[in-house]
Amino acid sequence: MNQQEIAQQKLVEIFSHFDKPSKFSKGLFIFLILIILFAFYAFILQVTRGQIVTGMRDYVIWGIYEVNFIFFIGISYAGAMISGILHLLHVEWRKPIIRIAEMITVISVLIGPIYVLLSMGRMDRFLHIFEYGRIQSPIVWDVIAIITYLFCSILFLYLALIRDYALIRDNQVLKISSFRKKIYRKLAATYHEIPLQKKLLNRCLSTMSAIIIPLAVIVHSVLAWIFGMTIRPGWHSTIFAPYFVIAAVFSGTAVLIIAMWVFRKYYHLEEYITEKHFKYIGFILLVLAGLYGYFTFSEYLTVWYGSETWELEVIYKLFDFSDYGAWFYLAAFVGVLVPMLFTGIPFLRNINTITIGSVVAVICMWIKRYLIIVPTLETPLLPNQDYRPEYVHYHATWVEWSLTAGGIALFLLFFMLFIRFMPIIPVADISEVPENKDFISEKL
Amino acid sequence: MKNNLSSRRKFLKLGIAAGATALIGGGSVLSAISKVNNPAGGDKVKMLSPDGKLMEVDRGHALCCGVPTSKEVRKGIPGRHFVMVIDLSKCRNARKCVSACSKMHFLQPGQEYIKVFLMQDSEDTSPYWFPKPCFHCDAPACVNVCPVGATFKREDGVVLIDNERCIGCKFCMAACPYSSRVFNWKKPGLKPESNYSPESSVPQKIGTVGKCDFCPDLFASGTLPDCVTACPNGVYYFGDKNEDVVTNGVESLRFSELVKSKAAYRYMEELGTRPNVYYLPPVDRSFPYERGFEELPEEMKKAYKVKRAHLKKFKI
Repeated sequence: MNQQEIAQQKLVEIFSHFDKPSKFSKGLFIFLILIILFAFYAFILQVTRGQIVTGMRDYVIWGIYEVNFIFFIGISYAGAMISGILHLLHVEWRKPIIRIAEMITVISVLIGPIYVLLSMGRMDRFLHIFEYGRIQSPIVWDVIAIITYLFCSILFLYLALIRDYALIRDNQVLKISSFRKKIYRKLAATYHEIPLQKKLLNRCLSTMSAIIIPLAVIVHSVLAWIFGMTIRPGWHSTIFAPYFVIAAVFSGTAVLIIAMWVFRKYYHLEEYITEKHFKYIGFILLVLAGLYGYFTFSEYLTVWYGSETWELEVIYKLFDFSDYGAWFYLAAFVGVLVPMLFTGIPFLRNINTITIGSVVAVICMWIKRYLIIVPTLETPLLPNQDYRPEYVHYHATWVEWSLTAGGIALFLLFFMLFIRFMPIIPVADISEVPENKDFISEKL
Repeated sequence: MKNNLSSRRKFLKLGIAAGATALIGGGSVLSAISKVNNPAGGDKVKMLSPDGKLMEVDRGHALCCGVPTSKEVRKGIPGRHFVMVIDLSKCRNARKCVSACSKMHFLQPGQEYIKVFLMQDSEDTSPYWFPKPCFHCDAPACVNVCPVGATFKREDGVVLIDNERCIGCKFCMAACPYSSRVFNWKKPGLKPESNYSPESSVPQKIGTVGKCDFCPDLFASGTLPDCVTACPNGVYYFGDKNEDVVTNGVESLRFSELVKSKAAYRYMEELGTRPNVYYLPPVDRSFPYERGFEELPEEMKKAYKVKRAHLKKFKI
């Protein structure tokens, strides 16, 4: 059998896992649609009545919408960093999981910016950014960076898909409707495994993975600078950009592990996504957890030791149990130590514990973003002496929560749609004989 | 006392001399004073002519040439540099400035462009009332961060917001270290019968940011901002740095002398925002600070008292 035939066989095999939507996935689909519809109702309410329906007020001007925005852009790092770096280093075991990682990237970069629109008072004037945009504003940097990032991550995902689409197009066994076949033919873009085509495609992929890494770093740095550029306690910090970047890779990797677990379990991909993958990605998570913990420690130690009054005001809100203490310790200690224990200690380390550690990390990273935004906004430089309690403390309303749930539902829904049209395992890649090339020595 | 009077006269003379150099751009600070001084004879106002003569003109003539174009609004009144001096020793939290401002700007209930804080610099010093409008900084953080140029700095020093361009991202509110900005979370209830202009900030627009605008539209018609005239204690002095005159409607003083002799300061100078609002320290007070609580509703009293309660247990 030649390589093409092996690939075709694998393709048929993998497609059999995704054959028909199960009862569970049909139910899930309806459930997600319901959540999204409810979120849409909340959205209509916000548009018609104004942001008075949210918990945001004059002091806490940004709430969980911004938290979700940072969170989704953060998890987009799964594809950009993990897939990009592993691709550049020609790590062989990356192949079965990079498609999942890249899907996470594209979907979360699609969803994240929705929350920017939601936190805008006049989303109908969004185009003003292009009409009157001023390059001096970090928000404009952000818009440019995210649009570029979205474009590049879609391209990255698509380039890697071309070979698989060509396989599907050439396959005779699979039963695919003629309409879908037509789409696949278009998407395969006349690719026929000709050596020159293969070489060019590889070169494109390498270039894209080299571009997407710095781009991802820029996107999250710019995001951090929206906060870092303001003279506010808790935000005005020089390490904010790298801190955000590390936090993003950390949460992105954790989401990748969760996604791997889900796909492995429900589509029975044990053959492709093995314990080895969990362990290796788990090691990456371990290192990132350590780095993230180190950044947290460095940030808060510096500020606390320096003891500026305004900074202390925020710090003590975070340290004090009557305020945000419990959440802070959860995010700073549990969110770091649990993933580290489950990935670092051999007898605790298995597929399930690594996934549990990742779930803890993801939840704690969401809380951490909340703790970055809300306590600082609740601590203006001049005292907040407003007599209206809702102007002093922020509490997200049901509108904000349902739109948050809507975003998560949309994330899952997009995933369900994506796997209908894209092989979740890069078939063409995994059916290749391992390259076994030493990247560094080759370059030398 | 006599000395004082003569120096005041000198002030005025100097003020006029200084004013003569500045061309009349729709009125002068001095003309604004005269209006307040003779509220009965409101038809005539005193104005400085371009060649430096003080003359009386009909109010109708003093009003400038209609609504300025959006280009003019962004440029500002030529030759002016508006400043405000707030005398903390005279403030007793009467809140007349707050209510007058809210009324003239048709603000939603609860919204305040001017906030009065109760400040205490350290444990051993006495608390004092601290009225705070927008500082109209010369290095405004809010203008820097605006993604669409909806908030802008004019040549006459005023920082304004174009609510027809504002996208409501609220980044300016995050950037302003002085919490000067408010947001229109819902549809404004009161509808004034005037066309929108960034100079008047009315009518408010839902989903956009608002703040104290130094009332340049009033200046153009020779009137002081309402907070200045509403204050029963003459706390606010509004004026022109180029003309070197500030007035609280009762007395007009030479700005440069005032800030020197009374050791004026700008709040949080170390932030580098270069505000155009100066504070005279709360020394030799006209009122004990407790007077400020007298007419307050219960919930506001409480809000003033809980100030920094959180930090008490940490002793900072």
